Amino acid sequence: MNDYLLSILIWVPIVGGFVVVGLSKHERAAKWLSLCLAILTLLLSIPLWTGFNAATADMQFVEHTAWIPSIHADYNIGVDGISMPLILLTTFTTVLVVIAGWTNVAKRIAQYMGAFLILEGLMIGVFAALDAALFYVFWEAMLVPMFIIIGVWGGPRRVYASIKFFLYTFIGSLLMLVALIYMYLKGGTYEIALLQGMPLTLTEQTFIFLAFFTAFAVKVPMWPVHTWLPDAHVEAPTGGSVVLAAIMLKMGAYGFLRFSLPIAPDASRELDWLIITLSLIAVVYIGFVAMSQRDMKKLIAYSSIAHMGFVTLGAFIGYQIVEHTGRTSGIELGLDGSIVQMLSHGLVSGAMFLSVGVMYDRVHTREISAYGGVVNTMPMFAAFMMLFALANCGVPGTSGFVGEFLVILASFKANAWYAFLAGTTLILSAAYTLWLVKRVIFGAVANDHVRDLKDLNHREFLVLSLLAVAVLIVGIWPAPLLDVVRATTQHLSEQLLMSKIVP
Amino acid sequence: MYPFNVAEFNAGLYYATPEIFLSLAACALLMLDLFLTDSGRRWNGALAVVAVLITAVLAAVQPVSGRVVALGGLYELDRMAQVLKVVTLLAVAVVFVYSTDYLRRRAILKGEYYVLGLFATLGAMVLISAASLITLYLGLELMSLSLYAMVAFDRDSGIAAESAIKYFVLGSMSSGTLLYGMSIVYGVTGHLELAVIAQLVHTHFADNIGLIFGIAFMIVGVGFKLGAVPFHMWLPDVYEGSPTCVTVFIGTASKLAAFALIMRLLPEALAGAQTDWSQMLVVISVLSMAVGSIVGLAQTNIKRMLAYSTISHIGYTLLGILAGTAQGYRAAMFYMISYVLVAAGAFGMVLLLARQGFEADKITDFRGLNARSPWFAFMMGLLMLSLAGVPPLIGFWAKLGVIQAVLSTHYTWLGVVAVLFSVVAAFFYLRIWKLMYFEEPTDTSAIGGSLLMRTVLSANALLAIALGIAPGALIALCQRVLP
Repeated sequence: MNDYLLSILIWVPIVGGFVVVGLSKHERAAKWLSLCLAILTLLLSIPLWTGFNAATADMQFVEHTAWIPSIHADYNIGVDGISMPLILLTTFTTVLVVIAGWTNVAKRIAQYMGAFLILEGLMIGVFAALDAALFYVFWEAMLVPMFIIIGVWGGPRRVYASIKFFLYTFIGSLLMLVALIYMYLKGGTYEIALLQGMPLTLTEQTFIFLAFFTAFAVKVPMWPVHTWLPDAHVEAPTGGSVVLAAIMLKMGAYGFLRFSLPIAPDASRELDWLIITLSLIAVVYIGFVAMSQRDMKKLIAYSSIAHMGFVTLGAFIGYQIVEHTGRTSGIELGLDGSIVQMLSHGLVSGAMFLSVGVMYDRVHTREISAYGGVVNTMPMFAAFMMLFALANCGVPGTSGFVGEFLVILASFKANAWYAFLAGTTLILSAAYTLWLVKRVIFGAVANDHVRDLKDLNHREFLVLSLLAVAVLIVGIWPAPLLDVVRATTQHLSEQLLMSKIVP
Repeated sequence: MYPFNVAEFNAGLYYATPEIFLSLAACALLMLDLFLTDSGRRWNGALAVVAVLITAVLAAVQPVSGRVVALGGLYELDRMAQVLKVVTLLAVAVVFVYSTDYLRRRAILKGEYYVLGLFATLGAMVLISAASLITLYLGLELMSLSLYAMVAFDRDSGIAAESAIKYFVLGSMSSGTLLYGMSIVYGVTGHLELAVIAQLVHTHFADNIGLIFGIAFMIVGVGFKLGAVPFHMWLPDVYEGSPTCVTVFIGTASKLAAFALIMRLLPEALAGAQTDWSQMLVVISVLSMAVGSIVGLAQTNIKRMLAYSTISHIGYTLLGILAGTAQGYRAAMFYMISYVLVAAGAFGMVLLLARQGFEADKITDFRGLNARSPWFAFMMGLLMLSLAGVPPLIGFWAKLGVIQAVLSTHYTWLGVVAVLFSVVAAFFYLRIWKLMYFEEPTDTSAIGGSLLMRTVLSANALLAIALGIAPGALIALCQRVLP
């Protein structure tokens, strides 16, 4: 079965999702079927971890068959140390989202669940694709279910948010498509590994880098093309926000690691200042922006942008390390940190959005000022929320710490000022997150709504405790995760230093 | 040059079997209609579909290798002709299936609709197989005249009559322009046969100013037939005013014929002057993409919206042609076939929603379709995504092909322009999704349509995604056709 494991992981949720959509007359059956499918997919993804050989940077679980021979596009999938953990994150998050949507989706629940399952399969496809054409197909197709999720089950401005989300991402990805076609015409292949080895002049690399940059920067999102994210997050239903924050944002960062760095290493070196500057702006400026938010979801959305700044910073800081110290040690540190930060942010931001969802289901507002003293009526929930808030600040012992620490460490090797600016996040994220907790959770009971709150039910408790366990495990014992990514980051750090310019 | 030769003439008749069969079938249908009572009229539709399908089979089974010129240099049969004919005939069969319900509900189910449709199809086939300027023009006029009459078919409808007049006047003028261009080319080269012109242009007249003058006039005529900017003014009005079942005919079969027209004229006959017409097509293509996508945003009538969508898609198709490479022609052909497939489905949806006394031609008529019929909402959604060029639908591979074609020429910037306008156009396709899925229906009546129509329409939409997931066969077909 291992030979077809990835295909099964991609197609079981997609086909199952369509079956679930077809069950719209039988809501109960649709819900249970989607839960079974989500859990089945999660269980099926575990062999990816247990059967993974951490000693090599080669692609594993590879399936390679011809797909469209006339344009040399293949059905070529496989995982390495970067994509495998992200696929696990996807399957894990989908289970949580299905459980979390159990009772609080008002209409067309079969379509809701079906859309998330289809989305899951497509997202796994994005992470697993080793062929650029296949990657692009999954990458774009993924927009459609998300567009529907925001637009059908979202808040009052859902139409605006969903269309903005779609068009923003669409324009970026089309430029990436142009770059991919250009390379195809040059090299006659869409296979990512071959594109990575293809010699390109600096001018070509620069244009390709910029095309990729528009696609991935929108997705991450980096300042200043981040404005779709707060809208999308605020309007999306809880499940949509969770998937968006936990997984979809990671695709931008994944794209930088899989495409930009290895395909255009010289342009990346030339333009590293661009990414680093934008990342630092995201960390510092967006941190301040987050502090001034009045809407809980918006605050977490901005906090996501700031945290994703660390991911991009870690990915590109290696060039500065080489430039300033002349040595290559430390590059992997940044890359490791970047990947761990991706996973950690996936867990933490997902948890934060779910926590907000718990409160929103009861009070039906996301305004911070509508809350206060929630701890008095929901002590159990308050404990979870506190844990996730601390993880969001990057407190040691939680997953948030590992990634940020590694990235700051790497930035310190490049230049103390980078580390200083990146380090401000420790203060800023603590400021906005803890201030949020103070205003919402602590204090005296603010109003009657809060007085009437009921604490977590079993379903919510299950979801939040699963996340809490994951956050703590990654925080306390990150070694297994780091072992898995190490070989791949080692290989990537060699790739990004290797010049592809033909003399 | 071609003395009459009985054996050669007989061979020519053999090559033209599909056309001969279709013209006989059309005449037979015309006669039959005289003897049918009103209740028997629906047989017309069935027989017309059968005739078209038989013609398609006849065209498909002809063994074609290379290029055969017959009937005194007037008629040619090559692989491209064969494929385009089969696709046109299939499109016409689908259009006839979609039309029957619509015509019956409006009490305009007359045999003449099918007869005119068959003659228009015959015109398209003659045009596709034309080997000389005369045959090209003949086929074009046969098709156009039938279409003018079809537009005015609902004789009590004022808007249809207006569209028909508009279509007729502008269409005649553009035919005149085309003919003028052809006469100049004839004047310069002294020949009507496309192959001879091609050779002469290559050897003698590559930079002849008279020839370029003639090409410019021909491009005006072809641009009109295709509906490319700035010759597109008729298209939205005619699409809107015609009975929807005629709109879908114009939007599918006649577009394939117009594609054949441009392929025969430019890449085949005037390959030697490629740099000249490429430049003209660049302007037309960019304008078409721009006007189609931007003006399409402002439409509230779905037929007009699809008209502007056609205009922008013509712009994309021209990208493939202006590249001037075999790869580009293939991409353009793939684009056209995939566009016709999707457009037939999209207009089919409009026909499906139409009822007695209700046209369903407002975009808002699609509001809340997901609540009324999740299946057909999803089908329409797929078709819209295909028009927008979102993978994994066939429209994506079509765009990929033409962009690939222009990127391999020195018009690299055109590729970027093309993708930017496709983002603009994506907005109005998404608006259909928004109406169908994000809003609740104001009209909750059940979806009509015969079982046959529903089946064919579903198959049509599913084909758009099936060919999107596995486009290899169709791409390979285009590759074989235009090596």
